[in-house]
Amino acid sequence: MNLTIREALLAFRRAPLLSALSVTTIAFSLFVVGLFGLVAVNLQDALRGVAERVEIVAYLLPGTPIESITLAEKDIEAFPEVHSAVYVSEDSALARARAELVEFRDVLQELERNPLPASIEVKLKPRFRDAEHVNDVADRLRGFGFVDDVRFGRDWVEKLDRLRQIAAAVGLVVGAAFAVVAIIIIGTTIRMAVLQRSREIAIMRLVGATNGFIRRPFLLQGAIKGMLGGLVAVGLSYGAYTLINRWLIQAAFFSNVQALAIVGFGTLIGLFGSAASVGRHLRRV
Amino acid sequence: MIKFTNVFKAFPKGGLALKDVSFHIAKGEFVFLTGHSGAGKSTVLKLIYADEPVTSGEVRVSGFNVAELRPRDVPMLRRRLGIVFQDFRLLEDRTAEENVAFALEVTGARRSSTPARVMRVLTQVGLAAKAQAYPRELSGGEQQRVAIARALVNEPSVLLADEPTGNLDERATRGVFQLLRDINASGTAVVMATHDLDLVRQAPYRVIELQEGALVYDSAVDEPRDQAATP
Repeated sequence: MNLTIREALLAFRRAPLLSALSVTTIAFSLFVVGLFGLVAVNLQDALRGVAERVEIVAYLLPGTPIESITLAEKDIEAFPEVHSAVYVSEDSALARARAELVEFRDVLQELERNPLPASIEVKLKPRFRDAEHVNDVADRLRGFGFVDDVRFGRDWVEKLDRLRQIAAAVGLVVGAAFAVVAIIIIGTTIRMAVLQRSREIAIMRLVGATNGFIRRPFLLQGAIKGMLGGLVAVGLSYGAYTLINRWLIQAAFFSNVQALAIVGFGTLIGLFGSAASVGRHLRRV
Repeated sequence: MIKFTNVFKAFPKGGLALKDVSFHIAKGEFVFLTGHSGAGKSTVLKLIYADEPVTSGEVRVSGFNVAELRPRDVPMLRRRLGIVFQDFRLLEDRTAEENVAFALEVTGARRSSTPARVMRVLTQVGLAAKAQAYPRELSGGEQQRVAIARALVNEPSVLLADEPTGNLDERATRGVFQLLRDINASGTAVVMATHDLDLVRQAPYRVIELQEGALVYDSAVDEPRDQAATP
């Protein structure tokens, strides 16, 4: 094991330029993935803000007894999708309208009868804020006898849904594409290292080294390069984030877990890239 | 120890490198493998250390059935052999000592015993004083001695030498040959491929001669013949 580590580290001293090249290419590939990740993270944050406003309003028939409403309120709150259900009486609806719609204050002031219906405002739990669940809950609300009408921003919900799906798909496709590129690049640089040392590998085989023994230092070397690349990519992303934050918009950065995932991903890329190229070399000779 | 039975070896592009070769080398024997270049000497050695697959026939080397060896068992076979080449095949960026130790390390030998074992074989080949020298600082004969030390460090039962004196001047040749004889005298079988007939005549060892892939003469089986007639 000692020898594996020594050989893996020696590779950086033997071929510093090649090593720097691998680390840099992985870093840039992951940096691009990281930038998309940052966009995704911030989009997610923005969408969460919008999504919080998604609510379903059930308008009630006039004259519904308060007891039935309180009971229904409890029922609705017990729905698994529902975060909260709040009863808004005719009077508070009018008061709210007066407060919010300043332009119509005079009109609202002169009303003899309150034209606004009472309602129950329903908010869903975050993970249920998509078109399917909103429709589902709306249908169930319509089932209550005293519910006159159910309203929700159907278009909004559906648009939000699509936006989220597109963001996820683009992130996934671009991420996968760059991951493949990074794997190919590190595979190539490890392959160069392998070819550079093919004489040594031939001698190792001659004196009875197993393939696993020969492979191990290269795998470790690839993993270290991938990890360093990942670290640099997180650093670059942080730099980009700082610039964006200072000059453009208030943005969010990766959580520690996400940053760690990028580094871990780099490590895996390094491991797979080197495993592929060393394996190919060992099978060939 | 080493037994070839009706061995054929085809070139990848057609034609036969070895045609129906059979021989048996006993424990502790010294055997010359002679013949022109391209006669199949190196092929015989490569089949012994499983560098090339056997096309047909049986090759047995210290208990291993080489023709049916699984790839993962090849290293185990090679640990029982010492192999020396015409071009030494030393690692240029390591000292003599490190080159020898390398062969021990890759087989996962205990690290604590490595320095002592390395020094013992370097002493055996007469290079203890140059343990710290890099290959470029050594003469051809000395480099070949390092290669031989590397081949010996795993205590093989057979030493395979493919034209070990091919790159050496006369004096170095004599020295390396004497070293191989000493190694053989201490019990290790030596199979030496060479086309240096002066060397072959110097010693009373068994000679196996190949011609265009066929075994044409084996001094252990055939009548002794006039040495001057051999190519």
